[in-house]
Amino acid sequence: MLEHYLGLAVKTIFVENMALAFFLGMCSFLAVSKKINTAFGLGLAVIFVLTVTVPINNLLFNYALKEGSLSWLHPDLAGYDLSFLGFLCYIGTIAAMVQIVEMTLDRFVPTLYAALGVFLPLIAVNCAILGASLFMVERDYNFGESVVFGLGSGIGWFLAVVALASIRERMRYSNVPPALRGLGMTFILTGLMAIGFMAFGGIQL
Amino acid sequence: MKILRTILDSQARHFHKGGKLEAAYPFYEALDTFLFTPGEVTKGSSHVRDGLDLKRMMVTVVISLVPAVFMAMYNTGLQAHRAISQGALPLETWQTAVMIHLGLGAFDPGDLLACMLHGALYYLPVLLVTFLIGGHCEALFAVVRKHEINEGFLVTGMLFPLTLPPTIPLWQVALGIAFGIIVGKEIFGGTGMNILNPALTARAFLFFAYPAEISGNKVWVAAQTSADGVSGATWLAEAATLGHQVLLEGLSWWDAFLGFIPGSMGETSTLGCLVGALILIVTKVGSWRIMLSVVLGSLAASTLLNAITSETNPLLAVPFGWHVVLGGWAFGAVYMATDPVSASHSNSGKYVYGLCIGVLAILIRVVNPAYPEGMMLAILFVNLFAGLIDYFVVQANLKRRRARYAA
Repeated sequence: MLEHYLGLAVKTIFVENMALAFFLGMCSFLAVSKKINTAFGLGLAVIFVLTVTVPINNLLFNYALKEGSLSWLHPDLAGYDLSFLGFLCYIGTIAAMVQIVEMTLDRFVPTLYAALGVFLPLIAVNCAILGASLFMVERDYNFGESVVFGLGSGIGWFLAVVALASIRERMRYSNVPPALRGLGMTFILTGLMAIGFMAFGGIQL
Repeated sequence: MKILRTILDSQARHFHKGGKLEAAYPFYEALDTFLFTPGEVTKGSSHVRDGLDLKRMMVTVVISLVPAVFMAMYNTGLQAHRAISQGALPLETWQTAVMIHLGLGAFDPGDLLACMLHGALYYLPVLLVTFLIGGHCEALFAVVRKHEINEGFLVTGMLFPLTLPPTIPLWQVALGIAFGIIVGKEIFGGTGMNILNPALTARAFLFFAYPAEISGNKVWVAAQTSADGVSGATWLAEAATLGHQVLLEGLSWWDAFLGFIPGSMGETSTLGCLVGALILIVTKVGSWRIMLSVVLGSLAASTLLNAITSETNPLLAVPFGWHVVLGGWAFGAVYMATDPVSASHSNSGKYVYGLCIGVLAILIRVVNPAYPEGMMLAILFVNLFAGLIDYFVVQANLKRRRARYAA
């Protein structure tokens, strides 16, 4: 059992890395990776939001949205299939969680709050986060698996964004052609990083 | 020598600013500094006198590669001849035609010179294409971006062919080295400013783009091995499918150590890499910290994996001693991981960097069934995190100093 969860964690962190295998969450990945400090903060926020929202959405899906899932409330409700409300509910959960993170950061780490700026509320529409919830539904994870999956996806994204930030800090010494400076170079870097992460492609767990 | 100097000096004015051939300055500069010590010195306040400049450093690496190059030629020929003497047919290529034309159509594995020649016929074209195409890309960037052509390319150009199988199509060599030089190095600004090792970037690009020509069982020996039951697979691949018993039965450890096994052209000889490592360490060009920690990391990982018994994955049982002599482990540890640009820069960072590579190389080899060779991918992957490792080293140092001066 433990082996299964460990395998799932390794798979979500390295093999199916949210940022570098699925290229999800690109806008904040590219924008908030100029400095390691801020990337670190955003990465932690993403880990938190993912770890919380995926299991909550899992519960939502299994006990409210899936066909027949309302039968625990009343046997008559077994015929309802509310899964068409999925997107709405998942986003609602995510937005609520992001609000909580935002308020916490504002209260306790105001410098990070200021540094993350608009990208903190934008976590709410970060496709890596919604993507994780949708993958969870599609792959039919149970509650335990979705906790591991959420955490693993978060750690994977965190690793990717921090590594990218460290590379971009190191590139202070580089002399990139003017036309490529900024986002262009970052896109190429993302591609090169994806080649690096392909080392794990093909691992069966 | 004096005549050369005079000629160079008399022509110098054409290439300097305002001269007729100003655009070609990088070529003039490259020739000049290749032949003579540069006359220019640092302007500004930081002034370090040291005999070890970029040029000498890179040339030392090239010298340390000589045993690997020698083995690349000899072993490529030897493997082909061995396979042919076991019943495989020679490839229908111009190399075979040349060999037959020279009266060496017997393909005798005992004939040292014939083996060398046959291997050279495969190795040299690859080397030539690498330098032609890679050199063009480098020169183009140097002219347009007005930087110097330097010996960094020499090393990349030497390393890259050694990591390729002998049967690689030349157009792929060209494509690979162009990708490595341009995307891996030049768009970062040239030598010393890149993030990933350019030679490895080139190889990884080929590996993922054209897996049929750079992995599998048919590409490592320059003969038609799949016919007639003669195996052309690398021993790593054999061990992955048939279990590591096959190593003990079919191969002597010394053969693998000396490099008489199928594989990429320059990577097979662990002895050759060891000689290279010695040169690099004695001249302090390559970091012994990285090499040592790669060894330790691999030792730890393989010992740990040996403890796991598994029915389904025979590679788990391969001991450290075999991992070292098979595949590109030694070549990667000595020449690729120690690339001073893409490695971690701080000394304590180098230990962590090397450890990560060592552990990861064995892990990818053993756990990932898709790639029996893990060294290249491990180094590329850890290259990505080299800067992060440095960052943590610096932060730890800051913290220590703050604690020291707080009191």
